[in-house]
Amino acid sequence: MLLDVGNSKRLRFLIISGMTSLLFAGAVMALVLQIPSQTQRPVAASASSSTSAVPGAQSGTPAGSLPGAQATQGGLSVVALDPAHGGTDLGARGTGGIQESEIVMEFAAQMRRALEQQGFQVVQTRQGNDNPSFDDRSAIANAQRGAIFISLHISSTGVPGTVRVYVNADLPTVTTANGLIPWDRAQAPFLGLSRKLGDLVQGMLTQQFKGSPDTAQTAAIRQLRTTAAPAIAVEVSSVVVNDRADLDHMAPGVADAVARGVVAFKPSYVMASTGGALP
Amino acid sequence: MNERWKFWLSALLAFAVIGAAIFVPILRRRMKRAARLQQQSEEQARRELSQPIPMNPADPRVKARLFWLSGTDNSMLAPAVVELPLSSDPVLRSKQVLNTLLAGPVDAELRTLPPDAVLLAFYILPDGTAIADFSEAVATSTPSGIASEQLAVDSMARTLEANVPQVKRLKILIHGQEVETLAGHVDLTGTFVVNAGMGRTPTTPAAAPAAGKVGALTLPPLTLNGSTVKLAQR
Repeated sequence: MLLDVGNSKRLRFLIISGMTSLLFAGAVMALVLQIPSQTQRPVAASASSSTSAVPGAQSGTPAGSLPGAQATQGGLSVVALDPAHGGTDLGARGTGGIQESEIVMEFAAQMRRALEQQGFQVVQTRQGNDNPSFDDRSAIANAQRGAIFISLHISSTGVPGTVRVYVNADLPTVTTANGLIPWDRAQAPFLGLSRKLGDLVQGMLTQQFKGSPDTAQTAAIRQLRTTAAPAIAVEVSSVVVNDRADLDHMAPGVADAVARGVVAFKPSYVMASTGGALP
Repeated sequence: MNERWKFWLSALLAFAVIGAAIFVPILRRRMKRAARLQQQSEEQARRELSQPIPMNPADPRVKARLFWLSGTDNSMLAPAVVELPLSSDPVLRSKQVLNTLLAGPVDAELRTLPPDAVLLAFYILPDGTAIADFSEAVATSTPSGIASEQLAVDSMARTLEANVPQVKRLKILIHGQEVETLAGHVDLTGTFVVNAGMGRTPTTPAAAPAAGKVGALTLPPLTLNGSTVKLAQR
């Protein structure tokens, strides 16, 4: 019998096989325990982020920096590009397998080149197929000095071949007793500048893509709300094109128009050294 | 350790690895399927419990203005006049107009909200903030994008504004929970201004559309001359 453990070899065999089985069972249990947590909805921005504060305009550290847009006095030199979505979040999806998360990376690459040719330093919120949180993306822009933020999207509706620029909806400026801006309203002091930037970029895009609006639109965009810099979202229509090449052909034109809009905005950015709002 | 030991140990380890490689993907698939079935059954149960508020024929018939996509420009909303028996109670009235909005016009192209979305609960706080709780479908079936999501929210806000003056702001929940965005873009953590003319400001202004605009969209003037449309049957 196997259970007759008088034989030392069998005893060792039983111990080893028992331990292996336990290890295997443990591994399976650990995996099982992990799966339900993966199926849950992603949690909203951490509670700590909603209570933390942005130190004025352009620093990622919560204390010891200037409030408002005073830190922008050095002029516009950095563009934070945000290819939206990524990772498991594919964004808008078209019938031909077109995925927003993938296409915005190509738009970002073209836009990066166009902006660098204009002398701007470009930082991206993601380089590959990952999906940083809204707060993480904002933090990248907020850590820069003299920066603006441009979030790139492809819509799932709208007239193909058009491009819309969005700025965030009105956010009353609130500062804490120590002059810091609450993280969840970091965009508030910059809405005037964002509007100016949005209108300039939209104007350039409309010259290139007929049928696009004349001015920037307003929307309650989550990504822009926590960004302490002039911030816009550029949304290209749309993933519902018949051929992906239709979107690919738009990328150089969008990149060029955005770069020209940013160049046109640069003097306004330097002027805004008090509070971030335009007169 | 002799050769026989090594053999048995290696065999056991190989067996464990092969077993894990075979069973873990199967187990993962089953877990996912179970989670999906559970979610669907919860959704079904909620649907059964939350039947649309029936219209009371005794209520006075009024010309309600509902905001769907414009027939001429689907990047804008346009008011459509629909004659409905509406309750004078603001909560019931809100449910009636929102359910009519969800039912949609016959032309599905003009929809702003997905057909499978359900209004699970609706109530109005004393300060005029309306809480509308929708099923998961409103998030999962609304086309992802800034424009489409803002249109969805605006159609609700404008419809409430036009028909329920007691509602000052709108807070949208999904399945009873506050969510960060509708479908990845539009911020649902705040409230949306509904009756901006009442001189109120949003409590959490993150999601408040600018005055004079409906989010991304400038609407045509609100008149009673909107086109009359047929409603889809739910």
